[in-house]
Formats: sequence, C-alpha cells, structure tokens
Amino acid sequence: MSESKVNRRNFLKIVGAATAAGTVEMVTYKAYASTNSAPNGWKGTSGVSGSSAASMANTASPPDHQWAMVIDLRSCNGCKSCTAACQKAHYLTEDQTWIDVFTMTDTIGRTYSMPRPCMQCENPPCLHVCPVHATFRTNQGVVLVNQGRCIGCRMCMAACPYQARYFNWNAGVEYPSMPIKPTPEMPVPQRLGTVGKCTFCVGNLNDGLLSECAAGCPMGSIYNGDMKTDVGVNSMGNTIKLSEFLYDNDAVTFKTSQNTHPRVWYIMGHGQNLDNDDQAS
Amino acid sequence: MVVMDNKIESDQRDIVDSNADETWVNDVTESAMRSMRNKPGKAWWIAITLLGLVIVAGVIAWIYQLKHGLASAGYNDRAFWAVYIADVITFIGVSYGGAVTSAILRLTGQSWRAPLTRLAEAMALVTVIIGGTFIFPHLGRPDRFLNIVIYPNFSSPLFWDFMAILTYTVATMIFFYLPLIPDMAVVSKMLGDKKKLWQKFLYSSLSFNWLGTEKQKKALHRGLTIISLLIIPLAVSVHSVLSWAFALTSRPGWMETVFPPYFVIAALYSGTAMVVLVVAGFRKGYKLQRFITDRHFVRLGYLMVALGLVYLYLTFADLVTEGYTGITTGWIKQTVTGSYAPAFWFYVFAGELLPIFVVAFKKTRNATGITVASVFVVISLWVKRLVIVLPAATQPLIAGAWGSYHFTWVSITITLAGVAAIPFLLMIMFRFIPLFSIEEMEEAGELGSVEQVSAHTQVLAKILAKYTGLEVTAPKASKSLTASETEGK
Repeated sequence: MSESKVNRRNFLKIVGAATAAGTVEMVTYKAYASTNSAPNGWKGTSGVSGSSAASMANTASPPDHQWAMVIDLRSCNGCKSCTAACQKAHYLTEDQTWIDVFTMTDTIGRTYSMPRPCMQCENPPCLHVCPVHATFRTNQGVVLVNQGRCIGCRMCMAACPYQARYFNWNAGVEYPSMPIKPTPEMPVPQRLGTVGKCTFCVGNLNDGLLSECAAGCPMGSIYNGDMKTDVGVNSMGNTIKLSEFLYDNDAVTFKTSQNTHPRVWYIMGHGQNLDNDDQAS
Repeated sequence: MVVMDNKIESDQRDIVDSNADETWVNDVTESAMRSMRNKPGKAWWIAITLLGLVIVAGVIAWIYQLKHGLASAGYNDRAFWAVYIADVITFIGVSYGGAVTSAILRLTGQSWRAPLTRLAEAMALVTVIIGGTFIFPHLGRPDRFLNIVIYPNFSSPLFWDFMAILTYTVATMIFFYLPLIPDMAVVSKMLGDKKKLWQKFLYSSLSFNWLGTEKQKKALHRGLTIISLLIIPLAVSVHSVLSWAFALTSRPGWMETVFPPYFVIAALYSGTAMVVLVVAGFRKGYKLQRFITDRHFVRLGYLMVALGLVYLYLTFADLVTEGYTGITTGWIKQTVTGSYAPAFWFYVFAGELLPIFVVAFKKTRNATGITVASVFVVISLWVKRLVIVLPAATQPLIAGAWGSYHFTWVSITITLAGVAAIPFLLMIMFRFIPLFSIEEMEEAGELGSVEQVSAHTQVLAKILAKYTGLEVTAPKASKSLTASETEGK
C-alpha cells in the first residue's frame, strides 16, 4: 500500500508537478539528472543550437564555468529586494522587472512568492526566433542580447514562455555616464527601441561576485551556481554542493513542457507539491 | 447553294472580325482613359489634398514616435505587439485579395472580370507596398532594418516573412505590369509625337514595341497565365508565414495549427471587400456605370460572402478546439466575454452576419448594399486582427493581471495615414494608366464584360441575330446598363 503511494509520488515528480501545482509546471532535478549521463555530468550546451553563439563566444578554450541559479522558495518572503537591487544596478525603469516576484497560488488556495529571472534556457526560444542573431548564448550558458544589433521586432518577447523580456519603450530614461560602453553583459545605458533582459550579472559572476539579485536577497533565497565546479553560494555566505543540494531538495525547473531546459532551479517547500499530493489522495 | 454557303462564310468572317466592335472599342478606350485625359476636377483636388494631409500627419506622428519611443504608440511590455502588426497583416491581406481575385478570375476564364482586373491589381500593388511600409513603425529600430540582410537568422519566422513579402511584392509588380503593356502601346500611339520625355519613357519604353500581333498576344497570354498561377501559391505562402510569426511561439491563442489557412482566408475575404470598395470608388468617380454594373458587384458579393463563411467556420474551429478542454481558456474568455468582447462581436455581426444578409435579400443585393457591406468587412477584419493579436499577447503567462493596450494619437494617426495612402496612391496612379485593361475588354466584348459569355458564343449570337432577328442581350443587366449609361452621360 505504502509502496504504491511512493511510486505515484515519484511518478508525479518525474512528469512534472504541473498537474499537482496548478499554475506552476515543474520537473524535478532528479528527473533532469537521470536524463543526463550522471548527476554530476553537466552538459553545458546540451540541446542548444544557435550559430550566433559561436561568433560571439570564445570557443577557443573551453569555459571554466557553467552558470546556474537556485531559488529556494522555502525562504523567499516576497520582499522584492532582488527586483530593487537589479533595477538599481542596471538603471531599469520601474516596469522593467528583469527579476520579477510573482505571487503564485497553489491548489489549496494558499499563496507563495516566486522570483523569476531569465531562465537562461539551454534551448532558448528567444534565440531561435530572433531574425538578426541579436540574442545569443555564450559558452558559459548565459543568453544575452546584443542591443547594438537588435532591430526591435519583439519576436523574442512573443516567444519567451517566462515573460522575461522587457523592451525599452521610452526615450529619456536617465543614465549616469558610464566608464565603458554598453556590452551585452552590462547593457547600461540601454538603447531605445531594443529589448533587454536579465543577464545573470555574468560580469559579476566571472569576477567572483554574486549577481545583484542574489546579493540583494536578505533571506539568502537566491544562490548563484556553477555547474562546472558544482558549487552554489547565496548572500548569507552559505556554500552548497550544487548537485547534491538540488538532488536532496527535489529541485524543479519551471514550465518543463516548453522544452526550454532552464538553468534556474526552484526548491519548492512550503509544502505545495507534497501537501497537495496528500490532499489529493 | 454553293453561293449561299459562301455568303454565310463571308458573313461569319465579317462578324468575327467585327467582334472587336469598333464603337465598343472606342467607348472602352475613351472611358478607360478618362482618368488620364480629362483634367482632374475640383473634387479630385480636394480629395487628394485631404488624403495628402492625413499622410503628412502620419509621417509627423511617426517622427514623434521615433523620438519618444514606442510607448507613445501605447505599447508596453505586456502589449508588445498591437496595432502596427495588425495593420501589416490587414494591408498585405487586402493586397492578396486583389491579386488572387484577379488571378483566379483570369485563370478560370471569367470574361466579366475584364473591367475589374486593372483596378484589383493596382489595389494589390499599392496595398502590399503600404503593408510592407508598416513594418517600419512596428520596429523599435527601423534604422537597423537591413540587419535582417546583413545578419540573417534563417530559423526565424520573421526572416521568412521578410523573404516572402519581398518575393510577393515583386510578383505583384509583374502581375500588375504585364496586362499594362498593350495599354501603354495604345496610350503611346494616341499621344503621337507630342510626347514629353517622361511620357516617352513611360508609354513608349514600357510598351516594348507592342503591336498586337498574334505572336505577341500569345506570349503575353502565356506570361499572364504563368504569373497568375504563381501568384496564388506565393500569396498563400506570404500569409502562412505571417501567421507563423504568431503560431511558432508557445503562446496559447497563437500556437494553433489552424493559423496559416485562417490568415489566408481572412486575407482573401478582406481583399475581395477591398476590391469592391476600390471598384465602387472609381466607378462613381469616373462614371463607369456602363461598364461596371450591379452584376459585377453581386458576383463579387457572392465570392466575398462565401469566403466570409469559411472564415467564420475557421474562427469557430479555433475557439472550440482551444476552449473545450479548458487548458488554455484565458484568452478565449477575454475574447468572447471579456474586455475584447465588443471588438469580437463587432466582427461577428458587422463583419460576418451583415454581409450575409445584404447578399441574401434582393432589396440590398446591389452595388450600394454590397459596397456598404464591404466597408464593414474591411473594418471588422482589421478589428479581428487586433483581437487575434492582443488577447494572446496581453495574457499573463505566469500569474497576475492581464496587460492592456491603449490607442494613442500616434498609433491612430499612423494607421489612418496608411488607410489614406490607398486612395491617394491609386488616384495618382490612374492619372497615368488606363482604368481598364483595354485589351481584355476588347477580348471580352460588350456582352462578355458583363456576363460570363465567351467570345465564341458572342459570335454565334450575332450570327443568330442576323438570320433570325433575335437579339441576345444580357438579362436584367442591360436594363441597369442603359439606365446607368444615361446617368453616366
């Protein structure tokens, strides 16, 4: 009897908790890992096409890092400090919530908060539909926008299932004078009539710093991770072994049915999924 | 007996030769060139000035938008696609209608198409150019438009769009130009030696020494058949690819297999209505009632309503397949009962039911009724495109409230400028080219240009008339024909 229950539970986790969690559709890290050769056998560019990446990324030497992110929803209190920190660092307008905090409702009517940065998909829909290769994917697994090339057609905004892309609609946004010209890694000042999105603060990461959102999170909910060295760090100074942390906590990715293979994992744990299972049985 | 046979034969020859009836040809030539020969009247100047002002206002609005960003046109991150993409689809859609109506009628040998083809093809050319131009206000950075050629991404539906629209525009130009060749020769001959330099270029050079020999006619006919055959799949591809800009995203409401035929039929439907409007406008403006009769409108009306019913069916099929399972009902609720409901039901009533009733009742089944119905069809199909674009764009994909789009003076002015550009460009264009394809009118003959009657049948009818005294005229149409004729003169 108990065995059958466990089986069902495992099954639900594997096919994605979408059915159980209602609006959130996710798959477990365990399931993801089992489809790869080994739990630690990260494949940085699995399932990725995009000739544009090749021209932009340094393909001569293999990358030292494969950036990822873990968001622990158990400790997220929805304070939106991450959004504020991100907007401050990138001089974004109020509407440009590169990391946005959504209030989600589970199937028993309780709410929880869910920050949503760019998922840095390994199979990014935005990349495929861009007519001019303005969106590209670096060899560190980060999807970036070349605002010097973007023609502003907004096809990527139509294609992104995570609503993670934001356009520069307004002229007259004030930027400070920056020491260097805007780059895809640090698109400040942003250009009118082009699209922008979360960059994972990849410049920070490569300099050994946390991303602005992770650093700004007072709860330590956001971990920056490197799949290559298998390490994750949050603002509280907690260092985790990434793969184990994801495995032990049943980490899931968002909207798995979209076949995007996000590099952002969520740890559920207000009991949404598991409680729902019990309620349902 | 032998003598008698010979007499009949020679009579037949005479009649065949005189099928290209002298007075008929003269009348056709005179009417076709009304727009060129007569100095434009006061009404023409007033119309062209007003339309020109609207276009200038549109250009000013666009410059304002370039300076202030797309937010000035009402756009935001939740309504990232809105009015301009609906404009692009609408304009290119009506172009398709003009081209395909003309091509299909040509291929199926409908002789009554003769007085309509030139107007339909000119409309197709003008609207595809306007539709293509509307990509520029749609883009955030139109100055970088050529990046699509410099850094093309072959996997992007928008790149396919670009290629398809470009190819289709070229095909439309050829389709417009080929039937124009004999007319250019007619005009060139009429102007004689008193041609100015531009006239020499336009009429003499572009007529390619057209003499109307059998060989030339045969070559032209073959060319026209080929381009008529080509333009149909080309236009289908343009609208399929346009629909894929939506259908190849994962958005509920857009990711629909029905989208390519859905867009193709919408284009045909609105295009036929646009043909009616253009024909009605020029018929009234240049008093062409003798050649373009109620019967032309009724036939176009039948075609339009048939296409409209297919479109209604596809709309229903789309809604019911998405809605029944309840997986992605958000955008359907918004469309049918939510904030987009007024627009959606406007389309159903004004864009579908009204034309059906107009065509169904004998009292309204005439030029005026069908023209009024066409106005509603064109407007409601533009509204329908907005209802396709906006609910799926503004829906929350994760959680939270719906986004919304609000019209601003910028987006309204730019759209109106596009609308004004259609009559503006057509009125100027027809100052330089004949209103009908004179060649086709000649071929169709007086009766054939109203009814579906082949030249051969007309010869037989004339022989019959000669020997039996029975007159064969177009039923009913001839009545309104004479009535309109007196009205026209």
